[in-house]
Amino acid sequence: MTVADLAFYAFSTVTVAAALMVTLSRNPVHSVLWLILTFLSAAGLFVLLGAEFVAMLLIIVYVGAVAVLFLFVVMMLDVDFAELKSEMAKYMPIGLLVAVILLIQLAFGLGAWVSADGAMGLHQAPTPDANQIDNTRALGLLLYDKYLYLFQLAGLILLVAMIGAIVLTLRHRRDIKRQNVLHQMWRDPAKALEMVDVKPGQGL
Amino acid sequence: MGFFATGLGTAVLLIAQSLLIVAFVMISLLFLVYGDRKIWAAVQMRRGPNVVGPFGLLQTVADALKYVVKEIVVPAGVDRPVFFLAPLLSFVLAILAWAVLPFSPGWILADINVAVLFVFAASSLEVYGVIMGGWASNSKYAFLGSLRSAAQMISYEVSLGLIIIGVILSTGSLSFGAIVEAQNTGYGLLGWYWLPHLPMVVLFFISALAETNRPPFDLPEAESELVAGFMVEYSSTPYLLFMAGEYIAIFLMCALITLLFFGGWLSPIPGIPDGVLWMVAKMWVWFFMFAMVKAIVPRYRYDQLMRIGWKVFLPMSLAWVVLVAFLAKFEILGHFWARYAMGG
Repeated sequence: MTVADLAFYAFSTVTVAAALMVTLSRNPVHSVLWLILTFLSAAGLFVLLGAEFVAMLLIIVYVGAVAVLFLFVVMMLDVDFAELKSEMAKYMPIGLLVAVILLIQLAFGLGAWVSADGAMGLHQAPTPDANQIDNTRALGLLLYDKYLYLFQLAGLILLVAMIGAIVLTLRHRRDIKRQNVLHQMWRDPAKALEMVDVKPGQGL
Repeated sequence: MGFFATGLGTAVLLIAQSLLIVAFVMISLLFLVYGDRKIWAAVQMRRGPNVVGPFGLLQTVADALKYVVKEIVVPAGVDRPVFFLAPLLSFVLAILAWAVLPFSPGWILADINVAVLFVFAASSLEVYGVIMGGWASNSKYAFLGSLRSAAQMISYEVSLGLIIIGVILSTGSLSFGAIVEAQNTGYGLLGWYWLPHLPMVVLFFISALAETNRPPFDLPEAESELVAGFMVEYSSTPYLLFMAGEYIAIFLMCALITLLFFGGWLSPIPGIPDGVLWMVAKMWVWFFMFAMVKAIVPRYRYDQLMRIGWKVFLPMSLAWVVLVAFLAKFEILGHFWARYAMGG
């Protein structure tokens, strides 16, 4: 067993255990914290694969931003989980049924899985040899040179989604007081405050 | 040297090097806190710490000792594991990023090729210490403080990241060594990145202040309205860990500014040898700037902070990334922006 093997087993055990704890823990905030641990150990697995750029992105984007917002929302919820749990028994049969159906569908799907001729060759082709080029540069060449238009298209779709979300939630409330920043910045100090030269021992 | 080539030898060497870096950071920390207080005091025409040791130099040691021997008060209703994990996390994450920072050519613990991203990832995780501390304390003040802090740190991370992208575009590498070497143009001070990236140095400094919750952006712990924000329920060693983590993060930001914009270990005047002393000296100069800002700038209002982060810094840094991409691609002014083309 080399150090890399040991690290792999450590990271994968932590990933699975933490993922299990996400569903098992009673407190939703603890669930999110376990989820973060799952992300972190998954990032460790990426590093072991030699994909350090993806690992860092996983930490920066998922752990550093997405999970923070998750935590933000979950912390503010005041959910009584004992009550939810008591109702759960009622819906258990339906839930199990859905789970079994999904499992069977997955099994069918995976059983009928065939790869096209030359698919392995295609999926090997875009990745240059890791010894000649580091994977940050390889990813950059792929995304920004080879698949530039697809990348731009993905960006456009995200932009549309963002605008859609803004349009859906935008509302101008007139019944609240707002800060007018420009107004505040252009305020004349001479009208707002008076400079007084206070002599020592005299006071105003 | 035979021993150090074996697996065990490498492990021993790595542990020794890690300990060396931790020792450097911790000893710096002692004098940073002292320096911070002295500078602050000097601006306000006070003496500052001057009782313990010569010139009060040992004041921080005494303070640290005092924190350690005090009782740890755990308020009722706290979430104990998370409550104690939070300060540990904020301390460990603050130290973590130092592993990939070079101090001189070859003076680096882990020379990974995504070092800039690693530092960025570690500093983006620091927000968890704050959020977890605030939530686990089971107190409204602490919770409000941690919410503020989370929003603030996430907002300013975005512009910090974009500013760093500008530097990366110029260098064509994600390693700090390459970034510093790209600034070694033979013109000394004038060859460093602060000149081509001048507007971004200012933005980076201000964003760093906000990212580390320093005044004038210390709203998470605004004493006047939130007592001490997320730290209010903490005492003794956990509090010490929070404070230490905060100062280490500030010092890390000083190191980042030095490496990204001020040439790292390069000497400012051509002919004088480069070295680790330049690096440390530049970090201290930047820490002096941090301390001066704390002393002379009044605190921001929270809505102003959010506005400046999202509506001023983000568009400016985004526009700068696009601009630098063009300037570097078409090699305007030769290699002024396109340092990667020099073979560095």
